[in-house]
Amino acid sequence: MSKGTLYDATKCIGCRACQVACKQWNELPAEKTTNSGTYENPPKMTAYTFTKINFTELEHNGKFQWVFNKQQCMHCQEPGCAEACIVGALVKTEGGPVTYDEGKCIGCRYCMVACPFGIPNFEWDKPLPWIRKCTFCADRQGAGLKPACVTTCPTGALTFGERDELIAEAQRRIAEHPDKYVNHIYGVQEVGGTSWLYLSPVPFEEIGFPTLPSAPVTINAERAMAAVPPVLVGVAAAMAGIYWLVQRQQKIGQKAGEEEKQKEKVK
Amino acid sequence: MRQLRQSLPTGTFVLGCLVILGLIPIVIRYLNGLGAISNLSDGRPWGFWISFDLYCGVALAAGGFTLAGVVYIFGREKYHSVARPAILTAFLGYLLVILALLVDLGQPWYIWHAMIYWNIHSPLFEVAICVMTYTLVLALEFSPAVFERLSELNLPVIRRFNWHIPLRIIRAIQIPLVIAGIVLSTLHQSSLGSMLLMMPHTLHPLWYTPVLPLLFLLSAISVGPAMVIFESTLSTRAFGHELAIDVLSGLGRAIPYILGLYLLLKLVDLLVAGELGLIFTAYPINLLWWTEVIIGVVTPIILLSRPAIRQSRRGVFWSSVLVIFGLVLNRFNVSMLALGMRPGFTYFPHWMEVAISVALVADALLVIWLSYRFLHIAEHGEAVAE
Ligand code: SF4
Ligand code: SF4
Repeated sequence: MSKGTLYDATKCIGCRACQVACKQWNELPAEKTTNSGTYENPPKMTAYTFTKINFTELEHNGKFQWVFNKQQCMHCQEPGCAEACIVGALVKTEGGPVTYDEGKCIGCRYCMVACPFGIPNFEWDKPLPWIRKCTFCADRQGAGLKPACVTTCPTGALTFGERDELIAEAQRRIAEHPDKYVNHIYGVQEVGGTSWLYLSPVPFEEIGFPTLPSAPVTINAERAMAAVPPVLVGVAAAMAGIYWLVQRQQKIGQKAGEEEKQKEKVK
Repeated sequence: MRQLRQSLPTGTFVLGCLVILGLIPIVIRYLNGLGAISNLSDGRPWGFWISFDLYCGVALAAGGFTLAGVVYIFGREKYHSVARPAILTAFLGYLLVILALLVDLGQPWYIWHAMIYWNIHSPLFEVAICVMTYTLVLALEFSPAVFERLSELNLPVIRRFNWHIPLRIIRAIQIPLVIAGIVLSTLHQSSLGSMLLMMPHTLHPLWYTPVLPLLFLLSAISVGPAMVIFESTLSTRAFGHELAIDVLSGLGRAIPYILGLYLLLKLVDLLVAGELGLIFTAYPINLLWWTEVIIGVVTPIILLSRPAIRQSRRGVFWSSVLVIFGLVLNRFNVSMLALGMRPGFTYFPHWMEVAISVALVADALLVIWLSYRFLHIAEHGEAVAE
């Protein structure tokens, strides 16, 4: 069974306790930032910030809304990062988390380019840099604990559990309060589904979620990779065949030439 | 030894300086991390090195397999004299790619992990395996030039060894080697396109298509002869081995066919995807597309279809320059300019990024100069033709 987390934006109060808990559990250093004019801080996720609450002010249904949304790795069902990783350092585990093995990583950063959510980050300032991203607290989960952010959330905006059950729960909340939510559970379909699921009072694209189709990002690459063995054999055979033909023709041509010469001599 | 123009020592001096200039950022990079010498960021994790050294470098090395194929498989002896220089530049091109990766990778000392931890689903894994094996194949393909020279030298220890033995071995496996080279190049050129297939939402639809691998292969094949024309014209200037004009025009003649096929595939693909309209509406990014297609594809097709141009050295040379320009722009488009960044980021290459790439190219030019000086490269066709 695969675990997931449901984030309900209507319950989030933007306290950012999850950000702090994440830093504590993962022993991440604080970052120097400057006042950006909003409560949002730090301005971007980095190798030292795995999760972040985004604050969006907008008008929806004629009402002013201040909407929060929590960003971190989505732990995709068919992760682009894992498919891309040259050495298989990133792996989708059966339990849900997409884990990272720094004992394998070579630092090529393909995962960063291939992630449709722009999540994996790199330690640009270190001579021995690794990729860093949210681990879904795979270590805590292994010990039977919930992720640090879920544990610390004071309002119940974060619910941890079986992904299937969370989807059912989200559907139930939408059905009960259709006025409170947009009728869309982000993460059920997007790029083949993600372990993290979202409920929102406003359309997702308005609070910075990319609009993504349900096809996984990996399908075209998978097809191309499946074509490799036949192409290999096909090209090798074609080249050998052409070589053989050309040689044969040249021999025939040479023979014909010699015969003609001999004929001429005879004459 | 061959006549060398007076200007060459200054040329090598300049190249040497460029190499040293490039070494400084490399040292800083290993001490302080990639952030210290590059403008790469989480929003733009791949930059100038990947676009120029990897994407352009590999494509511009395509002269090696195209010419080897034409000469050894298709039996066109006429082009024998350009095959060896083409293989040399391809070999150096691939070495450059590897050197550039040693700078670009976050953990270059673990590059060998690619050999032991296989992720056979990763297009980058295919790229890595092809780079490694094809570099080896190219080294073997080129090795006769070295063995020949060693067997002539009358140096103390070297003289004792019978250099004809390895020479004979390589000659015996030459055809399998060439075929392996073609197979690996086919896979490798196209796999650079497969790599981009992972970015359906970040690469602009004018360039993103499931047939990217095929487009990559076709454009690489078309730039192969163009690179050979380009290099041999320049080496004629530097070393004075004039190439017969019918070799040049023969190479030029092939280009319009391949480019035509490439253009057709590009357009039909956009048409089928229903995105042909984007070439007019997707302003301003469509300007890049138009530049690439008009200057780098359509113009050379027109030019090289005309016998008068094919018969003139300048005509063939400048047409090839256009083909090369088009390819370089295409590779920059798909791997940088038309590839979306994370929101809130910008990127322009740091001068040290560029300096490192320049130093690597200068390295290659120095090796080419040394090879022309000490090995039988250009006159191979006449002197050593078997
Ligand atoms: S969100 Fe990105 S980093 Fe996280 S699992 Fe998906 S592809 Fe990988
Ligand atoms: S940077 Fe590391 S984790 Fe990311 S794709 Fe490369 S090897 Fe894999």
